[in-house]
Amino acid sequence: MGLTIQSVGVRAVDGGLVLQRQSENDRVVAIAGNPNVGKSTVFNGLTGMNQHTGNWPGKTVASAQGYCKTRENAYVLVDIPGTYSLLAHSAEEEVARNFLCFGDPDAIVVVCDATCLERNLNLVLQTLEISEKVVVCVNLMDEAKRKHIRIDLNALSERLGVPVVGTTARKKGSLAHLTAALDRLTAGQTRRAPLQVAYSAPLEAAISFVEYAVRPHVANCRLSPRFLSLKLLDAEDALLEELRRYLGFDLMERPGVAAAVARSRALMEEHGITRETLKDHIVSALVRTAEAVSAACVRCERQDYAAFDRRLDRILTSRRTGYPIMLLLLALILFLTITGANYPSALLSAALFHVQDLLTQLFALLHAPDWLHGALVLGVYRVLAWVVSVMLPPMAIFFPLFTLLEDAGYLPRIAYNLDRPFQRCRACGKQALTMWVVDKRMQRYIAYCLTAACV
Amino acid sequence: MKCELRLCDIAPGQTATVRSLQATGSIRRRLLDIGLVENTPVECLGRSPAGDPSAYLIRGAVIAIRAEDCRGILVGV
Repeated sequence: MGLTIQSVGVRAVDGGLVLQRQSENDRVVAIAGNPNVGKSTVFNGLTGMNQHTGNWPGKTVASAQGYCKTRENAYVLVDIPGTYSLLAHSAEEEVARNFLCFGDPDAIVVVCDATCLERNLNLVLQTLEISEKVVVCVNLMDEAKRKHIRIDLNALSERLGVPVVGTTARKKGSLAHLTAALDRLTAGQTRRAPLQVAYSAPLEAAISFVEYAVRPHVANCRLSPRFLSLKLLDAEDALLEELRRYLGFDLMERPGVAAAVARSRALMEEHGITRETLKDHIVSALVRTAEAVSAACVRCERQDYAAFDRRLDRILTSRRTGYPIMLLLLALILFLTITGANYPSALLSAALFHVQDLLTQLFALLHAPDWLHGALVLGVYRVLAWVVSVMLPPMAIFFPLFTLLEDAGYLPRIAYNLDRPFQRCRACGKQALTMWVVDKRMQRYIAYCLTAACV
Repeated sequence: MKCELRLCDIAPGQTATVRSLQATGSIRRRLLDIGLVENTPVECLGRSPAGDPSAYLIRGAVIAIRAEDCRGILVGV
């Protein structure tokens, strides 16, 4: 490490992100994925970095970076925000899409959740439209196995046309397949024939018409003419602005392009696709393709695989038992924290105050003036000793316990239980749609409240 | 075909099929993103203790949606 930004290859992306490469040969790898699929765990496993992995969307808007060395290569890994889609409906999606489109990564790893692969494929398919240098990392394979979901990784790779690896990022060593796949991909040893999403016939006709006009102008561009054509038809201002900056010219002003786009729009409108419904058509095609791929590659060996989870959910979130269990659990954590902290607290303060006595003796031995002893030992040291002995033990007990609840997936259930009450006091009124996993803001409130209570 | 219902009218344990989305703007995109396109089966798994939001099984994922957002989702049983 220790190289400054100036001394190595630098590519600024999206205004805020500066890639810190340690040498010119470093490859840049983007780590994409839905929220809560263990993306940060993969990132940490590869880089050895300890980025906090409680992944609420938006957490990685500032795109964390890490460094990973394999036998063949050195990679700069960029942890881009977890998103369900790249259609730029939110700030995180825009950051993710901009990096994938215009950050010129040498490879993209899309991390998927093996337990609900179909939903994750939406992002995979959109990524394949942008780049063919993609490795799909199906994570949480252990959990899928526990739920009796069998995923045929070979068939998936065959369908998607890019390498697919299965991982359990929490287990050490399971990421070796991923780094091996990355090495092969960046060395150009991988067959690449990425699956193209087939849109409805009128939309396809419109795309190919625009593509024909666009192709001669973007011969040197890494983005495929097909992708660019689709985005021109979609006419999304933010993306077109970024594209203009990336290409250095306005594609729409090149001869023939604007006319082709206008004609294609008219063609689509004849078939009932307006600019408002175009996104619907695009999303539907993505969802249907994901459905088809998933149907071919994923098998649930037991239909009742989720029965236990559902039963547990019913207990944890039912009208009668939801709140009592929640209060009980939180009370238990508080109880453990408060009473459990007493003992180590007493030990710690005894030890630290013994050191204070020793320090006093030392000062006396050195004939230090009284005011110095008062300021340093009775002032600085004593306050520090108090704070450490009182605060450290509760923290050391509370945070692991809370992490345990988080890992068990209980926090989203709390968010689910408390959505209505929280909404009433407008704590969470902004987010219009709450999902199990999405609304972690509330979980953070709870964490803060509890921490405050403990301290 | 029976008359159309809204997703919030589906009781826990019942399964319905999405007919169309009436929601607009960001909610519509969000609903599409989670896979609620036409003919998608949706099962209502339960309601939260306060009665809202409700949990739905959509394409293998459990997702909580508030009643106000469910009103814009037309379904058939």
